[in-house]
Amino acid sequence: MTDKKVKSNGDERVGVYVCHCGSNIAGVVDVEGVAKWATEELGDKGVVIGKDYKFMCSSLGQEMIQEDIKKEKLTRVVVAACSPHLHEKTFRTATERGGLNPYLCEMASIREQVSWVHTDKTIATEKAKAMINGAVERVIRHQPLEPIRVPINEATLIVGGGIAGIQAALEIANTGYPVYLVEREPSIGGHMAQFDKTFPTLDCSACILTPRMSEVGTHPNITLLTWSEVENVDGYVGNFNVTVRKKARYVDEELCTGCRICVQKCPKKVIDDVFEVGLGYRKAIYTPFDQAIPNIPVMDAENCTFFEKGTCKACEKFCPTEAIDFEQEDEVLNLDVGNIILATGYDLFDTRRIPQYGYGKFENVFTSLEFERMCNAAGPTNGEIFLRDGKTQPESVGIIHCVGSRDVNYNEHCSAICCMQSLKFAHLVHERTGGKVYNFYIDIRTPAKDYEEFYNKVLEEGTMFVRGKVGEVTDVPRLNEESGKLYIQAEDTLAGVQRRIPVDMVILSAALEPRYDANDVAKQFGISCSSNGWFTEKHPKLDPVATMTEGLFIAGCATGPKDIPASVAQGSAASARVISYIEAGELELEPVRATVDETKCSGCLICNDLCPFNAIEYIEEKDVSYIQEALCQGCGTCVAACPAGAISGTGFSNEQVLAQIDGLLMVDFKPAAVEKA
Amino acid sequence: MKKYLFYPGCSMGDVARSYMVSLMAIKERIGLDLQEIDDWNCCGATEYFSVNQLPAHALVGRNLALAQDQSNGLDTIMAPCSACYLNLSKTENYMGENQALNDAVNAALGAGGLNYKPGSMEIRHLLDIIYHDIGLDVIKQHVTNPLKGLRVAAYYGCLIFRPDVNNRWTNPKSQMAFEDIMEALGASVVDYPMRAECCSGHMPQIDRGTAYEMIRHLINGAAEQSADVIATLCPMCQLNLDMYQKEMNKYFRKQYSIPVLYITQLMGLAFGANPDELGIGSEFINPRAALERVGTDFPEEELRPKQKKKNEGLPMPTMPSEVKER
Amino acid sequence: MKIISDPVEISAFWNEVEMKTPGHSRLEACIQCGSCGGSCPVAGDMDYTPRKIFAMIRAGMEEEVLKSNTPWYCVSCYTCAVRCPQDIHITDIMYTLKNMAIEKGLCKINSAKHFSKTFIGYVESNGRSFEFGLATRQSLRYMPMGMLGTAAVGLGMLTKNRMEMTPSKIENINQLQTILATAKELEVTS
Repeated sequence: MTDKKVKSNGDERVGVYVCHCGSNIAGVVDVEGVAKWATEELGDKGVVIGKDYKFMCSSLGQEMIQEDIKKEKLTRVVVAACSPHLHEKTFRTATERGGLNPYLCEMASIREQVSWVHTDKTIATEKAKAMINGAVERVIRHQPLEPIRVPINEATLIVGGGIAGIQAALEIANTGYPVYLVEREPSIGGHMAQFDKTFPTLDCSACILTPRMSEVGTHPNITLLTWSEVENVDGYVGNFNVTVRKKARYVDEELCTGCRICVQKCPKKVIDDVFEVGLGYRKAIYTPFDQAIPNIPVMDAENCTFFEKGTCKACEKFCPTEAIDFEQEDEVLNLDVGNIILATGYDLFDTRRIPQYGYGKFENVFTSLEFERMCNAAGPTNGEIFLRDGKTQPESVGIIHCVGSRDVNYNEHCSAICCMQSLKFAHLVHERTGGKVYNFYIDIRTPAKDYEEFYNKVLEEGTMFVRGKVGEVTDVPRLNEESGKLYIQAEDTLAGVQRRIPVDMVILSAALEPRYDANDVAKQFGISCSSNGWFTEKHPKLDPVATMTEGLFIAGCATGPKDIPASVAQGSAASARVISYIEAGELELEPVRATVDETKCSGCLICNDLCPFNAIEYIEEKDVSYIQEALCQGCGTCVAACPAGAISGTGFSNEQVLAQIDGLLMVDFKPAAVEKA
Repeated sequence: MKKYLFYPGCSMGDVARSYMVSLMAIKERIGLDLQEIDDWNCCGATEYFSVNQLPAHALVGRNLALAQDQSNGLDTIMAPCSACYLNLSKTENYMGENQALNDAVNAALGAGGLNYKPGSMEIRHLLDIIYHDIGLDVIKQHVTNPLKGLRVAAYYGCLIFRPDVNNRWTNPKSQMAFEDIMEALGASVVDYPMRAECCSGHMPQIDRGTAYEMIRHLINGAAEQSADVIATLCPMCQLNLDMYQKEMNKYFRKQYSIPVLYITQLMGLAFGANPDELGIGSEFINPRAALERVGTDFPEEELRPKQKKKNEGLPMPTMPSEVKER
Repeated sequence: MKIISDPVEISAFWNEVEMKTPGHSRLEACIQCGSCGGSCPVAGDMDYTPRKIFAMIRAGMEEEVLKSNTPWYCVSCYTCAVRCPQDIHITDIMYTLKNMAIEKGLCKINSAKHFSKTFIGYVESNGRSFEFGLATRQSLRYMPMGMLGTAAVGLGMLTKNRMEMTPSKIENINQLQTILATAKELEVTS
């Protein structure tokens, strides 16, 4: 063995630390041997010190790095341990504390990539050595990097004016920062405004919602943009530029007092498909409900007599402040915001997709939202429970759980709230009619606070529960005693018999689904969503309101079905994250980014479409592509794709990566004597 | 002429002779060229599968292999009987999806010098071909004797729509194929909610009571809607509803009398063919009274299914023919 | 006392059912929702609903399952299979249970067993089914009291030329018989 004592190659001084990780690594890899090997054999590459230690991530382990940097005047650090996914930040911080640029620390994952996947100790140890060799080759080619600092615009855009959006808006606005709340319907409130009572407290939904809505409407820091939609999103965290189209209301907002004479006088009545879910009517000029915020009507041009035929204009005639403006045009606004919260909510499953439940065929089959509207005191029946004829009370009601949920034919997921909602309906039927109630369920899901107690309450009210997913709802009699009713046919699985239960009314607890355009919205904002459309959170367990795109947050049912408390919690969580960014004033982003060498770029645009984060734009004047630092996540796709090799990744330059590969393959390695253990 | 390989099935030779006769009578008119599979064997109905599953698949497999060998460039087998249609398409589909089954069936076929490559043959029901390939326009062209005045309950039975292994009926519009064809013939189609409910299959041989109840339910449904005739497209359905109707009447002390005719017989009548040419007269329930209604008028209100009149109550949801799929 | 405890016994029956059903039956995915039992047109006449049968299979209750009338009352209408939220191949499993009931001699519905076997007998000898033979033998054996009624119907079929008195036979019956014999051997070994 030649004299390969600890001597640097003159350029860099590298410290190599090999972690035991208890027995996780040490049980398979000869960690002491590897540390010694690094010191003895990699000296010509710059390794001046090689140590092994039980738990590098511990404070003692980290302090060791810090002290060694100072003592040995290290210029580079290699930590051979677990995955960078877990502790890259830890070791970079330790390196920084030692006085070195944190990006001059490199990890070799000899746990996930060696000790956890190999059983042969010889092979594992050799592989560990190769990995460390690779890491050393790489790190000596590292440059110190500074994190990118991005200023954060104080303003926030919140898309969706349901309870989650409202909560987030108020939290941020109350802290003193401006908020733009964009809502596609004429009023904020979302689905919660449609409900009658909320479980389990049976609070009146509007009573608890409208104070918040009012606050939003009058808050000095909130710019409310209803009847509006986002058309385009540009930019990156801290600096988004958003184009919003304010659709024409045909009512001048400055002049309108909200007196609603126009609504009264409008002669054209149409079915309200949105707020009343097709169960009630509205006029061509309308506010969706009495407590609408803003209290400014909207004209439905498709159904307005004036727009169709050029006559009428009753609203204009009667408006006391001359607020009607048939010439009004859409307004396109350009907003600069620092962060965006998407709280766009859910759509209800279309129960027509299950023909055997008879929705649309039988008069007295209703969906959950239809029934909510019916129970709502301001709804089409003033809160009374009637059959479709609008006047007869049902004597018996069947409530079907899991309509379109938990079913591979429609939606595999469980919609989280329908069991509670169905119990609530049972309670309301007891409260308002003398009728019998049957709930048909597969499981009763009551996971949150006071939910199981609510179930007991509903049981005690005399609700009859039949455990069986309903086979069909039919009006065709099958047995001799039957006639004139709707029959719900299901197997009572607990009794083991098929039952046909006559009811007057059927309520379908339909699934919650992502919005019909969720995929398009996700694409527009640059976040990912699942194949069916639920927005994807950064981490399903540990980061439920952030997305993989910095500066974009999600809250409420847009991420998955949940009840009101959970939506509110997520709204608060998202706003807290935004506030923390705003308060920090600027955001530090990982400097691992791709950059385009303009001299080599030919403007072929291949990279532009490939970028999954929409970070690359084309600068026409120069005929080159440009990568937005802040949007780039350093995935490397463009680097690989560029036919001219014009793109390189900071921290992942060709030189660095190739050197690491050579190191792994032990290409330049001249062993003093390779010891076979 | 549209050409297909033809798998008649055992019933066409005896029990459902009129189905065969009427099909032969109309096929030229609508442009159907049928090449019977040479030396085909029974598909096994539901009986073979009840005893041995692999031999049952091999039994069907022989037909698929013979068709493949005979093909003459044709790759579609038409089966007029729903049970044969199901067995052929199920075996064809399962062999394609399941390598182990494919190997086993082909090993058995190999012993007889045959082999079948899944995917070679497409299996389609007669209704599917009439509706999708021939088309309503061609049918209307040949109607010389519209069945005006005849109220028809279009009865599909089970196996044409379920399990639909090849997804031939996913479009909601196509699920009205039988009704559309009947209307194209000039007949009036009644609302028949049990249009795809089971005729009880072979249950009459096992438990008469259960079977008669299922048959009664179907006949009663047609009677409630004032149907003159039930139209079918499966020999089993026709047999159960027709042959057992009087027995069922005795069992329940009822007097139903609704004749059950095949789709091809009704088509033939509308095309002006003689009832004898179409095998009419071999039914247990005599269709004569019903057929005398053809060419008569009757008050429209009798026929229309319960229409939802504009009421003062709450509006009903709209039902577009296409339900939005995500 | 009936308490089921033997874990080996439990899975043996379930495994056998799974193996004998072509493809993947997905029986393990059953959430016991009851959609099948709620849709079945014959559930009212079955000893146990389809759902219950699956619960019993999972509990290893081989004898009860194979002795029940449930698989024999299944009319193969596939309504359960298309509605099952877990896409379980219910009808195929019913066929398997029929096979096993016959094989293990546990089938109690002799009329059904006899019907199937007689049917198959004719197919195997002739390549085609033979209604007349089948109907006669079935009613002689199982419905002798109803013979008069059946005879009337049968006569009707003959006079309306909807039934042949002699079976028709395919040409290559040997080929078919060889194929079926090989298939039967393979079934036993697989």
